[in-house]
Amino acid sequence: MMTNQGNRITQGQFSFLPDLTDAQITKQLEYALQNGWAVGIEYTDDPHPRNTYWEMHGNPMFDLKDPAGILTEINACRKTFPNHYVRVTAFDSTRGVESPRMSYLVNRPAREAGFNVVREERGGRSVGYTIHSYATDKPEGERN
Amino acid sequence: MGSIKDGGAAQITDAKQRYKSGVLKYVQMGYWDADYQPKDTDVLALFRITPQEGVDAEEAAAAVAGESSTATWTVVWTDRLTACDLYRAKAYRVDPVPNTGPGTKTEQQYFAYIAYDLDLFEGGSIANLTASIIGNVFGFKAIKALRLEDMRIPVAYLKTFQGPATGVVVERERLDKFGRPLLGATTKPKLGLSGRNYGRVVYEGLKGGLDFMKDDENINSQPFMHWRDRFLYCMEAVNKAAAATGEVKGHYLNVTAGTMEEMYERAEFAKSLGSIIVMIDLVIGYTAIQSMARWARNNDMILHLHRAGNSTYSRQKNHGMNFRVICKWMRMAGVDHIHAGTVVGKLEGDPLMIRGFYDTLLDTHTPEQLEKGLFFEQDWASHNKVMPVASGGIHAGQMHQLLHYLGEDVVLQFGGGTIGHPMGIQAGAVANRVALEAMVLARNEGRDYLNEGPRILQDAARWCSPLKAALDTWGDVTFNYESTDTADYVPTATASA
Repeated sequence: MMTNQGNRITQGQFSFLPDLTDAQITKQLEYALQNGWAVGIEYTDDPHPRNTYWEMHGNPMFDLKDPAGILTEINACRKTFPNHYVRVTAFDSTRGVESPRMSYLVNRPAREAGFNVVREERGGRSVGYTIHSYATDKPEGERN
Repeated sequence: MGSIKDGGAAQITDAKQRYKSGVLKYVQMGYWDADYQPKDTDVLALFRITPQEGVDAEEAAAAVAGESSTATWTVVWTDRLTACDLYRAKAYRVDPVPNTGPGTKTEQQYFAYIAYDLDLFEGGSIANLTASIIGNVFGFKAIKALRLEDMRIPVAYLKTFQGPATGVVVERERLDKFGRPLLGATTKPKLGLSGRNYGRVVYEGLKGGLDFMKDDENINSQPFMHWRDRFLYCMEAVNKAAAATGEVKGHYLNVTAGTMEEMYERAEFAKSLGSIIVMIDLVIGYTAIQSMARWARNNDMILHLHRAGNSTYSRQKNHGMNFRVICKWMRMAGVDHIHAGTVVGKLEGDPLMIRGFYDTLLDTHTPEQLEKGLFFEQDWASHNKVMPVASGGIHAGQMHQLLHYLGEDVVLQFGGGTIGHPMGIQAGAVANRVALEAMVLARNEGRDYLNEGPRILQDAARWCSPLKAALDTWGDVTFNYESTDTADYVPTATASA
C-alpha cells in the first residue's frame, strides 16, 4: 500500500477526489467536446511518472462528438484491462497549444504497487536518484 | 532661440536655422510629429508624463522622445553626418490622463505615445532596449515625474530574442500535469532553517499534494544554511515525494548569487542532482536573466523568476514603470515563471490590471484593451508562454475566486496556507489540492462555481477533514485594501490635447 494521501498514485486532474462516476466522467467528456478537443484513452501497468507513452486504446477520437460513445470506449478499455491504469486525455490542436488540455485517471488496480527511490551514492555527498516502479519487477509477460 | 519654457513652437525645417549652435525646444528639433504614422517595425512606448509648470504637453512629450533617443541639451552639428531624421524618436500623440489636472486631486498628467525606429536598438538585448527607454530620461528636469506604462514590441525585434526557455506548454508536458492550475508553496520560515529542517518542509508539502516547493527570494547561501546543503536536502525531499505519489515534483532552487560564475556553478549542481527547475531573482539584472534563460534552454531546465524589487518602481502611479512592461521584457528575456499577482491575496493588485499582466504573459496575441491597461495591440511572434505565479496571502477558501480571476495556467503558491495548517504541512497541501480539484471539476461541469464556490468547498470538506480545518482557520481572511495601480481610461477615445 502506498503511504500518501488516499494510498494511491495522484497523477491526473482528479486523483484527490473520490473516483469519478460514469455520470461525472460524461460531464468532463462534454467539457472537452465543447472546447473542440479530441479525447484519447490510454492504459498501462507501469505508471512511472516519466513513462510518457502509455498504450493507446485506439487513436484519439477526433471525429466522435458523442460523450456516450466515448464512455462506451472507456468502459471497453476498463473491462479489458481491469488491473491497469486507464487515463483519459483531451488534445487541443489550437496554435500555441497543440498539446493535452486534460488528463485524468478513470481506472486503477485494486492494489497499487507504488515506487521506491534508488539512491546512487556519488562523490562528496551527492546522490543520483532513480525512481523505481515495483510494477516492472516482473517480466511483462507475467504481469496481469 | 528659446528656452524650453516657451510655448507654441513647431519643428524648424530650414536646415541652417535648425543646426545653428544653441539651445532649441525639443519640438523645434523634430521630436514631435503629430502626423507620424508608426511603422510595423517601430518600437512604441506609452509614457505617463507630469510636466514641470510652464512646459506644455507636446514639448514634454518631445523632450521624453528626445532624451530617450538622440537628443542632448544643445544643438550639435554632428547630427548632420547621420540619418538623424530616422534616429530621432517621434512623440506622435498626447492625451490628457482622465481624472488629473484642475479640479482633481492630482496634478495634470499626459499619456504620450512615442515611436522608435528599430535601428535604434541592438537585437536580443534587454539591456540595450532599456538603456534608451528607461535611461537618463527618468531624471530629466523638464518633467516632474515619468512612468513607462506600456510598450509595443514589433515582431521583427521580438524574433531577435530567445523567449521563455521552456514555456507553459512544454512545462506541462514535462510535468505531465494538465487542465488545472499548478500548486506550490514557499518554504517558511524563509530564513533560519537548517538544510535538514528545510528539506523536511519541502518533503511534507510535496508528498501532501503540491507540485512545487520554493526557495524564497532571499534564500541564497547564508550562515544558517549554505547553498549546497540546501540543494542536497531539497532533492532528497523531491525524489522521495515523487516516489510516494507517482508524480513529477520540483523545488525551485534559487541560484541567485553575487556573480554569474557562481550562479552557473549552482545551476550546474542543481542539474547534476536531477532538479527540473531553478530560480533567479529580478534583482540580478536583465543581462544576468538573459544569460540564465539561455543556460536553462540549453540544459532542459525550467526557469522561475521571483520579481524581488519590482515594487520599488512599479507601484506608484506617477513615476517608474508599470509591471506589465516588466512582464513583456521578461517574456522576451526568456523566463518560464514570474510572480504576477493574486488579486485576492496580501499584495497589490486590481483584478483587471492583473488580468492584463496574465494576458501579456500567456496570450499569443493581445488586442488593445485600455480597461486592462494594455495600450497597444501586441503580436507575440510565437514566443513561448510564461507561467504566472500567484503568491502571497492566498488560501484554500479562495479557490473559486483564484480559478475565476487567474484561470488555469498559473501556479498558486500557498506558503502560510500550507505550512500553517493546524493538522500539519501534508494536511495543508491535501486541503489545497482537494479544493483545487473540486473546483476544476465543478467548473468543467458547467456549474456557476464563482457563486457556488463556498458551497463546493464545504461539500468537499465533508469528506476531507484537512480541507475542513483549512476553511475553519482561514475561511474569512481577506485583504481588502484599495489598489494604488488602476487603469486610467474613459471608454471612448480621448481627444488629443
